[in-house]
Amino acid sequence: MAQHGDGVTAPEGDAVHGSAVTTALAVSHQTVESPGTAVVPTDPVINPGFPPHNPRMTDLYPEKAARAARQVAILFYISIIGSIFAVAAYVAFPIVPGDPGSIRINNALLGIGITLGLLGIGLGAVHWAKQLMREDESVELRHGTRGTDATREKAVEVFTLGNNESGIGRRSLIRNSLIGALVLTPVPAVALFRDLAPAANPVPLLQHTMWKKGTRLTRDPDGTAVKATDVTLGSAFHIIPEGLNDREDALEQKAKAAVLLMRLRPEDLHVSEARKGWNYEGIVAYSKICTHVGCPVALYEQQTHHLLCPCHQSQFDITHEAKVIFGPARRPLPQLPITIDSEGYLVAQSDFHEPVGPDFWEREL
Amino acid sequence: MAKSTTPRAAKNARTNRKAGRRSPLASVALIVIGLVATGGAYAMFTSSATANTATANSTLTSDGAKLFAANCATCHGMNLQGTKDGPTLIGVGAASVDFQVGTGRMPLAASGPQAEQKPVQFTANQIKALYTYVASFAPGPGIPDKQYLGGNGDAAKGAVLFRTNCAMCHNVAGAGGALTEGKYAPSLAGVSAKHVIEAMETGPQNMPVFNDNNLTPADKANIVTYLKYLDKNPSPGGLDLGNLGPVSEGLFLWIFGLGTIVGITIWLTAKAN
Repeated sequence: MAQHGDGVTAPEGDAVHGSAVTTALAVSHQTVESPGTAVVPTDPVINPGFPPHNPRMTDLYPEKAARAARQVAILFYISIIGSIFAVAAYVAFPIVPGDPGSIRINNALLGIGITLGLLGIGLGAVHWAKQLMREDESVELRHGTRGTDATREKAVEVFTLGNNESGIGRRSLIRNSLIGALVLTPVPAVALFRDLAPAANPVPLLQHTMWKKGTRLTRDPDGTAVKATDVTLGSAFHIIPEGLNDREDALEQKAKAAVLLMRLRPEDLHVSEARKGWNYEGIVAYSKICTHVGCPVALYEQQTHHLLCPCHQSQFDITHEAKVIFGPARRPLPQLPITIDSEGYLVAQSDFHEPVGPDFWEREL
Repeated sequence: MAKSTTPRAAKNARTNRKAGRRSPLASVALIVIGLVATGGAYAMFTSSATANTATANSTLTSDGAKLFAANCATCHGMNLQGTKDGPTLIGVGAASVDFQVGTGRMPLAASGPQAEQKPVQFTANQIKALYTYVASFAPGPGIPDKQYLGGNGDAAKGAVLFRTNCAMCHNVAGAGGALTEGKYAPSLAGVSAKHVIEAMETGPQNMPVFNDNNLTPADKANIVTYLKYLDKNPSPGGLDLGNLGPVSEGLFLWIFGLGTIVGITIWLTAKAN
């Protein structure tokens, strides 16, 4: 302590001497051992030294030390009991196929056992270290990473020998062809991983869905067609295009083509001039893919006619062509123009007139 | 006077009663009473079961009319035509009345974002009278058939339909969820099969209608089966924390998980004393 204190007092107020005068500590640590340091600080961080050492209760009273030792042992015993308990519980409460309750009790007891097994060791070890192990403060200085001169010479010798024996420095034909071979080995991987990208340009995929003129609106998930008469006032149908379930890429197509079908009173709808004839007697179909980040928007309130997206609370007003009335969505939900065919089934008049879902770079708007 | 005689009179009465109970005629009287009661009750039940349904319905309808006038007409109008405080009930059907009154949502306690569930105000017979009365005005969805209520459908098919049609509002585990402006989709835990089917058929409040052309009665029975399965089977993952997903689980971890880590860190770095 005393010698640290001396070191602290020396540099105070000696700024006049600049780099010439530093403390013994600063000299030994910064000017000598760090040759790369260009600037020798005039006001180095002063080593505060160690705080005063206070002996622990376990250092002063042997009975406290004995008690702490017992506590550590008890913690280790708890670990032993926990580990055995985990095995016993795993055997005694097996997972019965078809009974989720058995998974619950099996997992819970197994978890409690393993937790005790691990925590007992950890807590015991920390308690041991804190109460009983040697605890006076000490400093371990870092050493330089440079090897000794003998080691460095030996290393150079090994490399030189390798060069001489293999002749890699001399035989430039072998060396250059090897470099060429090594450079080209990763090339097949480039070709392979390049194919992980979408085969086709993704932009047209984003701009079109499965809907086209005459595609019947069918129920999700079973794919049965919906008649206009089925859709009573206040109803909400979850709709997929006809034939979706037969496609190999059914999920990719569904992610774009999913539609929510609702029936409102025709007088409640505020239809713009361009969309006259897109609804059928108050039956409207809107894309279920949120224009914000693409969550399925299907929380339809049949009295307020609001459609809520559960992810970020965007709200769309179905009476005003799915106009955004709240939340982060920027554009209204695209509307699918519908009508009925000769048998009374609801069919699409065309695809959506704009890309569904969230924005992307190539989207014009 | 009164103090001295009252106990004695009571004692006499008690001995008389005891004597009456011990009388040889007592058991005969008891049997007669029992037979009359059983027979009478049997006659009553069978007569009500076989009675002319028209007359039974007309009594139900007249009872319902009185109940309606006393409890519902303020908002829905004396002729169910509706007022500015409540919608018309013409054509809503028996299912709607049974759901709204049978779950305690009606009569409305206070106007708010949506009608709250509260203790049911009427007996089963009164509810029956009410819906018979309302249904007598115009046809509408009826009380669901018993064969769909048993929960003996296909739970897996029901789960698929539930995920498509119901889960966006009611949560995939039926735990309910928030809607706009204070409205919410209630939890479906413990809701009776009859009320679940009636809600699908009639679309109470802001719930859309899922009529029999959208979800067939068999589909609805499958959904009910799935809900019963959820009620009966605990979450395999342990504490479900209300099945609210990342909200409740995240909050739990923030408070208890981080709290534990902070506590252990403080203990680890504290000096032993």
